[in-house]
Amino acid sequence: MSQAQAEVAEKKNEEWEPNILVIACNWCTYQAADMAGSLRYSYPPTCKVVRVPCSGRVEPEFVIEALLNGADGVLIGGCHPGDCHYKEGNYKALRRFEWLKKIVEELGIEPERVRLEWIAGSEGLKFAEVMKEFDATIRKLGPNPLKKV
Amino acid sequence: MKFAYLLVGGCGGCDMAIVDLSEKLVDALEHLEVVFWAPTVADVKYKDLEAMPDNSIDLGFVSGMVRNKENEHLVKVMRQKCKILVAYGICAALGGIPGMANLHTKEELLENAYIKSPSVDNPDNVLPSPESEVNGYKLTLPELLDYVKPVSAVVDVDYFVGGCPPHHEHVARIVEAIVSGNLPPKGSWITDGSSVCDKCPRNPALKGKTRSFISEVKRMHEGVVDEEECLLQQGYLCLGPVTQGDCGALCPKVGIRCAGCGGPIPPTTDFGLRAVSAITSLFENEKVARQALEKYPVFAKLLYRYGLPGSKLGEKVEILKKREVEAKH
Repeated sequence: MSQAQAEVAEKKNEEWEPNILVIACNWCTYQAADMAGSLRYSYPPTCKVVRVPCSGRVEPEFVIEALLNGADGVLIGGCHPGDCHYKEGNYKALRRFEWLKKIVEELGIEPERVRLEWIAGSEGLKFAEVMKEFDATIRKLGPNPLKKV
Repeated sequence: MKFAYLLVGGCGGCDMAIVDLSEKLVDALEHLEVVFWAPTVADVKYKDLEAMPDNSIDLGFVSGMVRNKENEHLVKVMRQKCKILVAYGICAALGGIPGMANLHTKEELLENAYIKSPSVDNPDNVLPSPESEVNGYKLTLPELLDYVKPVSAVVDVDYFVGGCPPHHEHVARIVEAIVSGNLPPKGSWITDGSSVCDKCPRNPALKGKTRSFISEVKRMHEGVVDEEECLLQQGYLCLGPVTQGDCGALCPKVGIRCAGCGGPIPPTTDFGLRAVSAITSLFENEKVARQALEKYPVFAKLLYRYGLPGSKLGEKVEILKKREVEAKH
């Protein structure tokens, strides 16, 4: 790579803003996002929240589809173990996630791009912190390679 | 009805499935005029196919995946000559067993096959090359592509048929459907839409029993398989719940877990991801899910044994592999 090209690439990287999908369960993580707002905790605008009834509703296809369509990272938020509104949805999410993460890694995508986090409705601060942390992780990893196509 | 059959990257097992139709094939041949069947059955050459007028063949079957440049060229020729093109067998439809090669680079594959393999005697480390000279003769070989592709990645495919190979009774149903013109919309799989579990005599639901959670994962060589009980209940990771059951659950009937050769049940598009949802929901807890990951050295090869090149992430193999290679250097 010539120096000019390197400069262009660097500039592009500076301009690039991550595109992060947060799939939040209605009963905990989505409430936490609300709480973060009420308590005036700020979190990066790169995180776009989508509400689902339960983290157990999140199919692996959702995550992969997001990665194929322009997301740089996907975070699934659910209730803490034992707190699921539907009793066991978050346990199912965890079991699926264990396998999904492995597949994503083996097929050549950084496993850090997908993350599962338990955030309760009262944890507004944790929500904001997790979002900041995830945003930083994704910035470090750079743009999702699948996006260019 | 003019019929053509082309075998590209496959093993010839799908051709055998047609021959296995035996007397039904004789009946079908009243309606079918075989104009091309190479390289396995008819005495025709590729250039004969190329010489046929475009759209002159009513029905074309392609079996096997696209592995080299010759395959790629012939599949394109088939598309030009055939009115209906069927990707017949799981290799043609999704990439099949050879599709697992996409987890490796071309260099790794060649090195393993021609140098490292213990049964190979190759002291000069000769690798196949598209052109070579032996005793003054110039010899050519079709060039290997970087990655395995399903037929649909090269040309438009009208129908997909799963199976490794498709069960001959399923083939009979396909032939009947085609001859009678009773076909689903273009771009679909030809299947009855049932899963392997629907056909499996071990299925607890069919015996009026309830399922219990899986508490331990076993691989096929571990323990002794119970004759009656569901393989999943015994801890074997059978992929029957997400696989097309046109085979009639052949493998589970003889105590072998379903590996998914039938392809995903429509409208599922990604076999492996659907299997993640279906199988992990049966686990007692996440520890069992982790135990499974530990037992299989390459997990993608379990879930995508037959369909990696045709899966959502598998289609992007070129980008993903390129990055991996760059990261290594």
